[in-house]
Amino acid sequence: MFAYYLELALRSLTRSRALTALMVLAIGLGIGASMTMLTVLHVMSGDPLPGRSGSLYVPLLDARPLGHGRRAEAPPNGDLAWPDALALLRARRAARQAAMAGGGAPVRPPQGARLPFFESGRYVTADFFPMFGAPFRAGAGWSAQDDDARARVVVLNAGLAARLFGDAPALGRSVRLKNTDFRVVGVLDDWHPQPLFYAPVDESVFGRADQFFLPLQTALDLKMDFQGRLSCWGSEGDQRGSGQCAWLQFWVQLDGPAQAGAYRRFLQDYLGEQRAHGRFPRPQAAALYGLMDWLDLQGAVPGDLRLQLWLALGFLFVCMVNIVALLLAKFLRRSGEISVRRALGARRRDIFLQFGVESAVVGLAGGALGLALAELGLWSVRQRPDGYAQLARMDPSMLLATFALAVGASVLAGLLPSWRACRVAPALQLKTP
Amino acid sequence: MLRPILATLTRHRLTVLLLVLQVAFTCAIVCNVAFMIVQRTALMRLPSGLAEDELVAIESIDLAEPGQPLARHEADLAALRAIPGVSAAAAVDALPFGRGEWGNGIATAPGGEAMLTAAAFDGTPGERAALGLKLVEGRDFLPGEYLPLDSAHGWSGIDRVPAAIVTRALAARLFPGQGALGRTVYPGDGPVRIVGVVEHLLRPRPRERDGNEYAMLFPMLPDDAQVIYVLRTAPAQRERVLARAAEVLAALDHDRILRRPTTFAQMREAYFRRDRTMIGLLLAAAGGLLLVTALGIAGLASFWVQQRRRTIGVRRALGATRGDILRYFQAENFLIVGFGIALGAVLCYALNALLMLHYELPRLPPPYLPAGAALLWLLGQGAVLGPALRAAAVPPVAAIRDGAR
Repeated sequence: MFAYYLELALRSLTRSRALTALMVLAIGLGIGASMTMLTVLHVMSGDPLPGRSGSLYVPLLDARPLGHGRRAEAPPNGDLAWPDALALLRARRAARQAAMAGGGAPVRPPQGARLPFFESGRYVTADFFPMFGAPFRAGAGWSAQDDDARARVVVLNAGLAARLFGDAPALGRSVRLKNTDFRVVGVLDDWHPQPLFYAPVDESVFGRADQFFLPLQTALDLKMDFQGRLSCWGSEGDQRGSGQCAWLQFWVQLDGPAQAGAYRRFLQDYLGEQRAHGRFPRPQAAALYGLMDWLDLQGAVPGDLRLQLWLALGFLFVCMVNIVALLLAKFLRRSGEISVRRALGARRRDIFLQFGVESAVVGLAGGALGLALAELGLWSVRQRPDGYAQLARMDPSMLLATFALAVGASVLAGLLPSWRACRVAPALQLKTP
Repeated sequence: MLRPILATLTRHRLTVLLLVLQVAFTCAIVCNVAFMIVQRTALMRLPSGLAEDELVAIESIDLAEPGQPLARHEADLAALRAIPGVSAAAAVDALPFGRGEWGNGIATAPGGEAMLTAAAFDGTPGERAALGLKLVEGRDFLPGEYLPLDSAHGWSGIDRVPAAIVTRALAARLFPGQGALGRTVYPGDGPVRIVGVVEHLLRPRPRERDGNEYAMLFPMLPDDAQVIYVLRTAPAQRERVLARAAEVLAALDHDRILRRPTTFAQMREAYFRRDRTMIGLLLAAAGGLLLVTALGIAGLASFWVQQRRRTIGVRRALGATRGDILRYFQAENFLIVGFGIALGAVLCYALNALLMLHYELPRLPPPYLPAGAALLWLLGQGAVLGPALRAAAVPPVAAIRDGAR
């Protein structure tokens, strides 16, 4: 029976080719656009550190003055001032904790013949590597003692190590950054989590990677160049060491809710202590954000992309309404045929099945077209100059979702028209010539 | 004429409802999309205040230790100015559409609370003229007013700088209706006199709705190892001058990194690349919606024409002219699209309210909805014309010849 309905559907669809093409195109465009954007948002909202993200937190201590207007409304970005970061580091109340800031430095290749170049990196404290599970190809990070001793050590990412030393082992070699020689103690295995969650979340949080890592205190001591936000208030000027300049990112590792709760209380106590000294005038309590919540709060996924998704879904919806209307008109035009079949003994469910098959054929064809268009759409996203562009690839789960969406959409689109068709009464229709 | 149309439409209630729904959503989305396109375009067209077609820039990072940035910049600039075709050159720390932005809270009383944050532009003497900023009030900086930025000590030059030039927008915001010339502001610890007002100068990273021109020029000399050299030249000479500038700087001193050579036009282009993508997508979405809706209307109308061949034939036999039949279908379409627009108007403002809440979009100005409505009516009439003409061509004999299909 099914094969017969399929044959009927194909016959009916080929009878009005232009209309069938229109319906397939509409559903294909709608699904293609929606799946492109859903895939982009899916890969961008992914976990940058699977398995570890659950125990990583950002403490939020907002030291900014009260202020008014737009300045006051700007949401806190989690940046800490140096004295606060140092206090949290020294308190050692979390399983692991690290302060960090972005930086950049001119790199001089070992052979004098090659030209120096500029590279971006990060100034971090010892726990950074074990806390984030940074994969080492060789060597390891440095110790807290190295931090305190302002050791001149560096961890390179694979890219920079290869650029400097080629295939030769980099471990133990010396790298000249700006005007200081650093000893390579570790080489990372091409580590670039997407997004670069530990960096300040801004429009370039996707796509970039740090090529070197230096001890934060060493970098401060040597007056290396810092990059990224520096927000100051009060009258102490724009100084890295000031309690009135926020510029450091801080992450802690807390294993389990008990530790998280204890750390939250510790932060609140610290806040109370500091308020007694006249700092932290804002009334908000200290807060602790998990990694994924933090990315969400800071808007790691650009608003434009969400807008593009809504636009695509809106388009899909209008396409769906369009198809439902067209199928409805098409099916009801065949009321005569339906009533004859009904009079000859076809049950409602037979009619429903017959027309359901016809709409499903349209939906599947549209879905297949949509899948092709989504691949095309993702290809066009990959041509964008944005950092997230290279992430835009269909994975198996999104492929399945596309099929589910196509089948779901076509079933939904066919449901109403088929239901209306199967409600056509037999006798009434036979009366009209 | 209205009564029979309404009577017919009530016989196809569900189909008509779906069509109305489609028109309504198309209307709501297209109006808002059009507004977003206009907003983005306006942002992209913001005047920077600079002589955009005549500027090129290159970044230099001095590696010499210890560096003598002030002397180095002077020597570099002398060499750059000697390049044929270069009419002016300056060493600056920021440019509109550039990478970094240094903002200072501006108070109008000593120790007072900052009213707003203004972006700072610092550069060597002649920066204003080199950039092509148009002075509308006051004067340029005097040679005696220049001092080093002191970037090694928290950019503390800002606490001692005596003078500033502000944009007209900033002047109007700081001193509404009073004139800013000669007034004192406090971007750092000390008082700073406003000595001049320029027509336009865009912040390095413009984005928000207002405050894009909250910018100030200070007579402070960049003294970091990293600096941007801006050169002014004739539009046709830009590429050549840029290439030559890199050679001249490299020849003058090997021990440096030169990067990001660019014309100002390229800087603007790169800064708004995402917005251009977005505008393209918005246009595609609006176009796609209108197309699907038009095809939907045409498709349904041709169904109805086929379905009603016999009744059309009867009407024709009873004396209706071709024109009557044509107008019937046109009126029917006008009515359906009209219902759609009425519903669409509500949806349009609801959607706008959502966008205002989540995307900081302003309220939709009144002209968009009527324009969208007119567009949809036109689209509907255009889409229905073909089927309606076919209906008008149905001969009266169809009344007895054709079946009811």
